[in-house]
Amino acid sequence: MAVAQEHAPQTFISKYVFSTDHKVIGLQYILTALFMGIVGSALAVLIRAQITWPEKALVTPENYISLVTMHGTIMVFFVVSLALVSGFGNFLIPLMLGARDMAYPFLNMLSYWTVVPACLLVLASFLVEGGAAAAGWTAYPPLSALPEAVPGSGLGQTLWLLAMALFIASFTMGGLNYIATILNCRARGMTLMRMPLTVWTYFMSAILGVLSFPPLTAAAIMLLLDRHGGTSFFLPEGLVFGNETLPHQGGTPLLFQHLFWFLGHPEVYVLVLPGIGITFDLLATFARRPIFGYRTSVWSLVVVGFLSMIVWGHHMYVTGMNPYVGEYFSIATVLITAPFAVLGLNLVASLWRSRIRMEVPMYWALGTIAVIGLGGFGGLFLATSISDIYFHESFFVVGHFHLMIGVVTVLSALGGTYYWFPKMFGRKMSVGLAKLHFWTTYLPVVAVFALMHFQGLSGLLRRYYDHTIYEFQEAGIGLALPITILVFVVTGSQLVFIYNFFVSMRRGEVASANPWNGTTLEWTAPSPAPHGNWPGALPVVDRHPYDYDPAAPAEADFKPQGTVA
Amino acid sequence: MTEVHAVAPDEMEAPIFLISWQKLMMWGFIITDALLFAGYLASYMFTRLASDVGWPAQSEIFDMNFIALMTFTLITSSATMACAVKAASEGDRKLTRRYLLLTILIGTAFLGMQAIEWSHFIGDGARLTGNPWGASGFSAYFFMMTGFHGTHVLIGVVILLITFLRTTPERLIADKVEVAGLYWHFVDLVWVFIFGCFYLL
Ligand code: HEM
Ligand SMILES: [Cu+2]
Repeated sequence: MAVAQEHAPQTFISKYVFSTDHKVIGLQYILTALFMGIVGSALAVLIRAQITWPEKALVTPENYISLVTMHGTIMVFFVVSLALVSGFGNFLIPLMLGARDMAYPFLNMLSYWTVVPACLLVLASFLVEGGAAAAGWTAYPPLSALPEAVPGSGLGQTLWLLAMALFIASFTMGGLNYIATILNCRARGMTLMRMPLTVWTYFMSAILGVLSFPPLTAAAIMLLLDRHGGTSFFLPEGLVFGNETLPHQGGTPLLFQHLFWFLGHPEVYVLVLPGIGITFDLLATFARRPIFGYRTSVWSLVVVGFLSMIVWGHHMYVTGMNPYVGEYFSIATVLITAPFAVLGLNLVASLWRSRIRMEVPMYWALGTIAVIGLGGFGGLFLATSISDIYFHESFFVVGHFHLMIGVVTVLSALGGTYYWFPKMFGRKMSVGLAKLHFWTTYLPVVAVFALMHFQGLSGLLRRYYDHTIYEFQEAGIGLALPITILVFVVTGSQLVFIYNFFVSMRRGEVASANPWNGTTLEWTAPSPAPHGNWPGALPVVDRHPYDYDPAAPAEADFKPQGTVA
Repeated sequence: MTEVHAVAPDEMEAPIFLISWQKLMMWGFIITDALLFAGYLASYMFTRLASDVGWPAQSEIFDMNFIALMTFTLITSSATMACAVKAASEGDRKLTRRYLLLTILIGTAFLGMQAIEWSHFIGDGARLTGNPWGASGFSAYFFMMTGFHGTHVLIGVVILLITFLRTTPERLIADKVEVAGLYWHFVDLVWVFIFGCFYLL
């Protein structure tokens, strides 16, 4: 079947710019995310510098809150989501399923080119009058609903909303495409229960995204109406601005919080689940044994996905909600830890009676597992309303969510990059630099966010321009400097990664089609995979995805999931 | 299905849903769009329950007979749409066109009635920002939800018109008629919810 090659695009524009090839689109997403990641990290460094040396007043208070807002927004939607969900998802799903491309390649291209203007709007918002949005990545009213509230509430917030609208449109197109591809484009023999766990996590992630974004869209439209149409959906009576009482009446900011977190919580799982899926796949390859409890993992994913849609209230314990409602949200949230613990235990149990090969991706996989445990532990305290009322808005929360949606996701994306780099570019990344990158990233980044938990315990609050002027926050300030020094180490370490990435692309050791002796289908395609993925016929699947045998001799301990005729 | 698929289906595992990509995408769209309306309706309920000023009594403000007529009209159009889909699936081009045209006319009539409804409401003093009867959310939600829904009906009429024009004597695109029908039924169903939650409750 040479059809694929005949249709291969020829010109530079159709090959690398307006490409419909899922691998090119995946890489476009990843590189866009890398660029946005540099911006987001620069903002993080600025934030750290300001709270570590407040007396230097590096930025103004208004700009500081813009920095925090934009750092959060960029990292969640334009780095982690773009790289891990859209980038790796596009690259991996057809390759792992044995398909030539996504179900709707054109829609795929459209979804990438919808998110590009969103990125540009985000970047542009730093340059407009009043500066970028300043209502937090959560965009809570009234700061987001009153254009005159703070400088960033003006044009900056409008651009933020437009960027989010484009992002949601893009994500919805991408998510529907994932679902259609997984349901309809699997190689012969690839039943749902034979799909690699990575694909399962993308499936759940896409379903969650498609179901939970629309109510946020509704909220965004209502916010725009409040800002520009004079309505009071989120604005209560009696707001005073300057010396005037505003005419708004009858709305409630709590409504926005509900709509936001109805998306916001599932969004966390949209980001984290693919990270867990990738970790499963790396683990199987380097532990050389089948994943422990494949089926229970799949069902746990489904249960996690369902439960994640009914727990959003745990972000709102301090809003004065009815204690019974709070109790419900506490119980539901603690319930999630059950299927989550199954996933975690299956990960750990997959090391049992294994023959571990400590190659570069395995460092990241093992590291990710530890962070899932650490982050999950902190989550217990935030799930319970009694303790959360104390921790709310403290650095405990900042430490916790960074571990889950920041560290788990980024570590697995980095591990995934080292692992699938040969499939992307036909070369391997430098091992020495990779190990340097691992140790200078992993230890400091875990320390940074673990220490933030202690800052939170001692009462240090988040989104504060200058903690030193409040006596009650003094206890936590001492840790600020060590944390910031570690942040500098982590940030510098990423330069090693970027260097390794781009140099290895051209000069890395040439890789074979299956450099890690992996079993899943992508390793039956050439490296780098050509347009259409398999030059001849598509593979035919005849077994489960992780057919490793740690007892067999080293070079014959695996059976690929499918064979190419 | 094959025309847009990048894969040769005979090489693949059987798809879980064997329907055309237009239909699959329409279902995807309907699900997300339904959740958008669900977001509005839930917000409306939330605001109404949390309101500390009394909620206006709808039956004193709206002419309920007129609203019932509007609802009846739209439901009728769903029936004629279903007839069009059936006729199309049987390959009866003439009947399909006739029912499509009927649906378009009834849909347009609904839009006209909505315009009358809006002009009454506005004439009585209702604005996006507030209204003479109390809670400002009452009129804001009214304009937002019925406006959003009306836009959907308008888009539906345009889709039906395009489908009608493309059902030329030579061609009958049964699949397209069916997809348009899906959208139309969805829009009608949304109205039933708006009618129930906004006018009746
Ligand atoms: C270089 C690594 C990173 C560092 C040093 C860092 C540091 C920080 C700091 C200091 C804050 C503000 C705390 C405050 O409110 O005072 C913050 C907020 C935040 N960060 Fe990060 N961060 C990093 C990476 C990430 C990543 C990868 C994500 C991805 C999800 C992320 C998501 C967020 C979010 C959502 C907020 C909250 C913004 C808000 O309060 O509205 N961060 N980060
Ligand atoms: Cu949550």
